Amino acid sequence: MAATFLKSQFVFNWRRNPPAILGTLILVVCTGLVVFGPFLVRQNPYDLTQLNLMDSFLPPAWLDGGNPAYLLGTDGQGRDLVAAIVHGARISALIGLSAMALACTIGTTLGLIAGFYGGRVDALIMRVADVQLSFPSMLIALFLMSAFGTGIDKVLIALTAVGWVVYARTVRGSTLGEVQKEYVQAARVAGLSNARIIVKHVLPNVLTPLIVIATVQVGTFILIEASLSFLGVGVPITQPSLGLLIKNGFDVLFSGLWWTSVFPGLMIMAMVFGINLLGDFLRDELNPRLK
Amino acid sequence: MTAPLLSVRDLRTWFHTFAGTVKAVNGVSFDLAPGEVMGLVGESGGGKSVVGFSILGLIDPPGRIEGGQILFNGEDLASASEDRLRRIRGREIGMVFQDPMTSLNPVQTVGAQMDEVLRLHTDLDAAARKARCIEMLESVGISQAADRLRAYPHQFSGGMRQRVVIAIAMLARPRLLIADEPTTALDVTIQAQILRLMRRRIAEDGASMILVTHDLAVVAEMVDRVTVLYCGKVVESGPVRQVIDTPAHPYTRGLIDSIPNPAHRLPRLKQIPGTVPDVRALPAGCAFRARCPRAQAICATDAPALRPHRGEQSAACHFPVAPGEPA
Amino acid sequence: MFAYTVKRLFQMLFVLWAVSVLVFLMMSFTGDPVYMVVRIDATDAEVENARRILGLDRSLPEQYWFFLTNLMQGEFGNSYVFRQPALDLIVERLPATLEIVLVAMAIAAIVAIPLGVFAGANPGHPVSRFIMSGSLLGISLPGFWVGMMLIYVLAVELRLFPSSGRGETLEFLGIRTSLLTANGWHHILLPAITLSFGTTAIILRITRAGMMEVMRQDYIRFARAKGASRRGVLYGHGLRNGMIPVVTIFGLQLGDLIAFATITETIFAWPGMGKLLIDSIYRADRPVIVVYLMLVALIFVVVNFVVDLLYTMIDPRITVK
Repeated sequence: MAATFLKSQFVFNWRRNPPAILGTLILVVCTGLVVFGPFLVRQNPYDLTQLNLMDSFLPPAWLDGGNPAYLLGTDGQGRDLVAAIVHGARISALIGLSAMALACTIGTTLGLIAGFYGGRVDALIMRVADVQLSFPSMLIALFLMSAFGTGIDKVLIALTAVGWVVYARTVRGSTLGEVQKEYVQAARVAGLSNARIIVKHVLPNVLTPLIVIATVQVGTFILIEASLSFLGVGVPITQPSLGLLIKNGFDVLFSGLWWTSVFPGLMIMAMVFGINLLGDFLRDELNPRLK
Repeated sequence: MTAPLLSVRDLRTWFHTFAGTVKAVNGVSFDLAPGEVMGLVGESGGGKSVVGFSILGLIDPPGRIEGGQILFNGEDLASASEDRLRRIRGREIGMVFQDPMTSLNPVQTVGAQMDEVLRLHTDLDAAARKARCIEMLESVGISQAADRLRAYPHQFSGGMRQRVVIAIAMLARPRLLIADEPTTALDVTIQAQILRLMRRRIAEDGASMILVTHDLAVVAEMVDRVTVLYCGKVVESGPVRQVIDTPAHPYTRGLIDSIPNPAHRLPRLKQIPGTVPDVRALPAGCAFRARCPRAQAICATDAPALRPHRGEQSAACHFPVAPGEPA
Repeated sequence: MFAYTVKRLFQMLFVLWAVSVLVFLMMSFTGDPVYMVVRIDATDAEVENARRILGLDRSLPEQYWFFLTNLMQGEFGNSYVFRQPALDLIVERLPATLEIVLVAMAIAAIVAIPLGVFAGANPGHPVSRFIMSGSLLGISLPGFWVGMMLIYVLAVELRLFPSSGRGETLEFLGIRTSLLTANGWHHILLPAITLSFGTTAIILRITRAGMMEVMRQDYIRFARAKGASRRGVLYGHGLRNGMIPVVTIFGLQLGDLIAFATITETIFAWPGMGKLLIDSIYRADRPVIVVYLMLVALIFVVVNFVVDLLYTMIDPRITVK
């Protein structure tokens, strides 16, 4: 199985696509940082007993006044920026991935139902999707968060509410196509239950286009979450994501303490850029029509 | 014979792809006299369309004209500048494409697309250009031409669109028309109409035509001379009746045998065995030998050159078919 | 055409109604606004009184009915914070927001369309690859972070641009705008560039994809066979066909720009309605939020309608039904 995969056209093309390789490398490094990073840094940035106010606003280690113990400098509470970024990236990535998983599950389910059963259910789901699509995701998320208040769970709800539509539409479209096909008709004639037909026969055939959507959506979600947190309506200050770190950095930017906002921003950029590079490659690979 | 209007000499057009070099046209030569209609025949993938696009200089990367000459009125188009080619395209040489559904710009009126040719190649004022367009549309059998100029391509049927395409190609009265499978995408009933129309337009203007097609039946009715391509090379050429009645190359013979023809009364339709080989990796010797019933040892080592066969007929074969001889 | 317009108008009304329901429901579940209007040390009786005045003692459907009838009459209530009509507050700040959104849109179009056309017409060119990698980086950047970096480098360190505020404004046709003064332009440039970042990247990619699709078409080759120059073909035949998907994305992007303007306005202290929205969210100033959302919804449905009409103008194959 693994051997066939390594010899496949997919891997062959990947090895000849520098942006795809770069994206994969970036993602591997980021995943490593997010998963193992918190165990590698000496400081738990949110354990106040480990922070030393004497060390606040130290510049990066290579600048005048920098401390080798704090590679990227410290923030106003003497928090090591490396530790803060590693923990923040973990929260950002976790939110992006979980919200994607939720949105994908709910959107796919609704899309299957709409496409398979049609009629009023279909009309209702698609009408809601239409109305929602006429508004930008950011605005809907902002509005929901303003109603909910801050919290990781609430960010997840808001992102899911924003993200399900694209899956529902795509899946409904491909389901409508699949239902016409003979194997579904045959399964119906054979007396299989609707639920079984949907799960066993329709679902596997409508999943491929979702891979690209899901990949890119994780990046989008990370950016939206960062924006929400930057505005102060995202994650709570006790669980700062990268966006919230940037917001804290913004407050001191005018005093020239640039590093507290530059490095978290670079981290977001790296994560999302890696995701998008890979997403571009997948899009080309999985949509032969576009070649 | 008068001086040829077009003389293609050893034309080589190759496509450099990642998977290897495709020698789509590899040493093609032929002459075309003024007023002559020539058929360029072969299976799909045989490089016949590429010849047409090469003449107009419309080969885009990764394709490239690697060598040879395309003498049009004595001027070599293969080495001409893009500026020069632009003045020749549409004005001296017109081209009709295969699919009329896609060769017209969907967001411009037919009138605008016709007008463009005259704007590019003549000094006529707007009124004169319009009059010329109307005249041209009527001459290709489109009624109410003045109204139709304001219509968009999607408002025409396929056959009508091909008439418009022909009108555009003939608008500046070119001396050569290249028609690349002009009727393949059309209904059978309309095919004959369009072919007759083209033939008539050519005759009226005294122009020459190269008809690129895979369809020998079309060639038999339409052209004066025929050139048969296989794997980027000319395998046979000659006057159309002679080539069809007494083909010299086994490939031509195979093509003719695969036409349904009530006169021949074959027990069943023959087809050429095998497929066109991968042009990226052509073997030494004759490219047709793997499919050829007459192939012998020499065919695997020496590529046959195009040699005079009988009268004006030439063939590139070590063992050409003699008249009357069974295949 | 007339029937189509009427049908679209009904669709627009339906969307606006759906939004009003959603806005109302969300607002009903978010805290008790009565405490926003009474004094901190108000007695229970005073609270009850205020509740009755706001209509909060009625049932939910009744409250919605009031809400809807008030909306119809343009009666949105007073801001709890400013003690002024919420509508006036928003409308007062609308020009500032539209200004930066339009400038950002213009920047995006001017930068993205030529680059996208180039990249689409010359797919293998090294410059095209550079453009495409750049655009991918563009959509991977948090817009607010870009704004901060611009502020830090160009305003704080190099002092080339002001870091906040709207600058001098002039009144034109009853609208205060900073687009008529040099100082205003000096102020608007950084926020508008910040805001345009993501849109530029997206329009660039759509333009490129559209052009690539179009340049493959037979009619492009046929136009060249007519003797048109490469440029002539590109602009005369390719561009208009390639622009069809771009028009749609412009409509959608306008919405995104208005949404993201909230962040840009916050960073640059730009006195627009986006910043007012964020401030109002912090202060739970419900009437202002409602006006903002309804106004934005109105803008969207109108823009979508205009985009559909533009479509029919740009592509003759689409006829309005």
